[in-house]
Amino acid sequence: MTAVRSKLPQVDDRLLAVAAIAAGIALPFLFGTGSPFIHDAILALSYMMMALGLNIIVGFAGLLDLGYVAFFAIGAYTMGWLGSNFFSGTNGGDGFHLLVGSPAAEMPGIHVNFIVVLVVAVIFTTIAGILIGLPTLRLRGDYIAIVTLAFGEIIGRIAINGDQIKIGPIWDATLGKLPLMPELGAEATLTRGKQGITPVDKIDLPLLDPFTSLDLRAWYLVALGLVLIVLFVNIRLRDSRLGRAWVALREDEVAAASMGIPLVKTKLLAYGTGAAFGGISGALLGSYLNTVSADQFQFSFSIFILAMVILGGLGSIWGVVIGAILLSFVNTWLIPDVLNGVPGQLGLDFDLTQLSYAIFGFLLVIVMVLRPEGLIPERRRKLELHGLGTGDTAGAGTDVEIEALVEADRPPAAPGPGEEGR
Amino acid sequence: MLAGSRASTATLIAFLLVMPVSFGIHDLSTDGSLAHLGNNLVDGLSNGAIWALVALGYTLVYGIIELINFAHGDVFMIGSFVALAVFGTLGLGLATAVPLLIGGLLLTLAISAVASGTLNTMIERAGYRPLRDAPRLAPLITAVGFSFILQNVGLLWLGGSQQSVPDLISSQHELFNLGGVSVTNGDALAVLATAPLVLTLVFFITRTRLGKAMRATAQDPDAARLMGINVDTTISLTFLIGGLLAGAAGLIYALYQTTIWFNQGFTAGLIAFTAAVMGGIGNLRGAVLGGLLIGCIQQISDNRIGAEWTPAIVFAYLVLIMVVRPRGLLGEETREAG
Repeated sequence: MTAVRSKLPQVDDRLLAVAAIAAGIALPFLFGTGSPFIHDAILALSYMMMALGLNIIVGFAGLLDLGYVAFFAIGAYTMGWLGSNFFSGTNGGDGFHLLVGSPAAEMPGIHVNFIVVLVVAVIFTTIAGILIGLPTLRLRGDYIAIVTLAFGEIIGRIAINGDQIKIGPIWDATLGKLPLMPELGAEATLTRGKQGITPVDKIDLPLLDPFTSLDLRAWYLVALGLVLIVLFVNIRLRDSRLGRAWVALREDEVAAASMGIPLVKTKLLAYGTGAAFGGISGALLGSYLNTVSADQFQFSFSIFILAMVILGGLGSIWGVVIGAILLSFVNTWLIPDVLNGVPGQLGLDFDLTQLSYAIFGFLLVIVMVLRPEGLIPERRRKLELHGLGTGDTAGAGTDVEIEALVEADRPPAAPGPGEEGR
Repeated sequence: MLAGSRASTATLIAFLLVMPVSFGIHDLSTDGSLAHLGNNLVDGLSNGAIWALVALGYTLVYGIIELINFAHGDVFMIGSFVALAVFGTLGLGLATAVPLLIGGLLLTLAISAVASGTLNTMIERAGYRPLRDAPRLAPLITAVGFSFILQNVGLLWLGGSQQSVPDLISSQHELFNLGGVSVTNGDALAVLATAPLVLTLVFFITRTRLGKAMRATAQDPDAARLMGINVDTTISLTFLIGGLLAGAAGLIYALYQTTIWFNQGFTAGLIAFTAAVMGGIGNLRGAVLGGLLIGCIQQISDNRIGAEWTPAIVFAYLVLIMVVRPRGLLGEETREAG
């Protein structure tokens, strides 16, 4: 298997990428502007961004994070805070507006352009990622999992109970006094709990009409664009000095440290970068779903994203992409839309939506038992598990595999002196 | 290391005492007695005893195959559901005479423990054993998968709402009162049923040949295999014991809380896993200590601060403990630690 694949010509990669991007752009035009399929695809793309972010933390750096939902929450709340009527007391009811057109420009509350919101969301989530990473630095293995889980739950609780937390007076007495900062008014709370902050401003990009909930194609294209940026950053990071440091850390922390890899900095960078992608996706989803509610930020969501990463292939960017598409569509399309009709066609009076949890669980079990290393395993990991003729490949094509292993260890982008010097 | 650990122990004890001491002072200044705090602690310990039983299952499994068994909480939930079903079959109700009731409850205990134990062993056989040589996180996802499946079973079994269980032991009835601190039947049951189970488990692990095999497998499965231990059977046995305890906990929970529902396993699992980690994963005494501590933290927080903040407070305690003691309160006993 490995041998055959590595003998195939490698030049196809770029062509394949261009074709995939073209197909991705063309896809929504095959469906109506408000097609449910495009809705599902937008969700899949958003989840993909989060899965790619989590893949940096868990897949590259080997830090099991069970609280990724925290970054989704922070990204989404950034969108909610900076793009809605939620802080209706802002500047005495006049509101605060930055680079937004009508109708947002006339409304009370804080309204900031989506691109600025993205930047702020990235800043907030990166800081949150580093803060959550700090207490885990001394921990090993699965203790990291439980501490990140704890932070995810704490942030979820703060989201639920945030309607009791009055931040207005404190803000106005401190940061609100700074130049350019709006005053929030005495009644401002942190969140609106389970009721949710709604409506949220739609994306308003320069030179384009503001987005509407009727034309989903524009949303899809923005999501696709963001995914492509995230993918590009992911690939470049993986092949960089930092990416190799992450993998070294994952494989053996002690050996990595003795090779001169700064553990603290490398780990915190993994948390920060991974979190930032969650923030981007969270801000997009906040605007697209038109609500930021505490119900969205539950532990099971972290598990959902983690399942995409592990099912697709831990550490493998394309595996994670496939895993995200697959699980997302299983959740939004296969179980509710497709399988639901099956009992009726068989003449059974049975509601399959009652079984959606079990079907989802069953799929996870089956896929993992059949393909423990994930759908598209990371090349390095596949060679470790199956490579070098250790029985299951029975020596066939061993020389090719050794070559491939050397290939996997060699940084694909030839490292020039400039990169080494960084 | 030693000096550092003494300082960290002091910090740790200070952390843990913040809530009880501050509320104790508050009670003394307002009520003039510590009865209120005492009641919190009694409720906390009895609740914590149930968490401890579930946490033992997590810690046993983690100690031996280093897997966070996400399905464990749902095995506990199934234990509760089986208990309710057995009550119905045996016809146990509020009118049942006391000797019959005790016999019936013991029978229920056996049935729900065996049901959960068998279920846990079957899950291990189907979902974890094929992945023994797989990447470490693969069984984590099958565990999540089984957790979803079991939750769905629970949902179909008793529906999506809370189901009430006949209050066979008059859970809220006061058994005795010690200077204003009231101990109810439920409290007594939780502690009196848990203690022998934990002691039996400790005896089994430390004194019997099978227990020795379990400890050997936890330390080094390859060496254990070379010594003639059947590692697969030992792992199955571990899952069986974890499941038995979860089933017993399921019955005790049903009697103690008198309501059960399909989602209880998820919450309990999260709490029990936290308890296992707090005490030092793989460490039996640690799991019990963690369970009791979390029970107390929950009760004090529910009663004094507000139930809506309780999960956040429990997890904040966990993070603080992890920062001071990266291997849990009593230290871990796993492969890597040795």
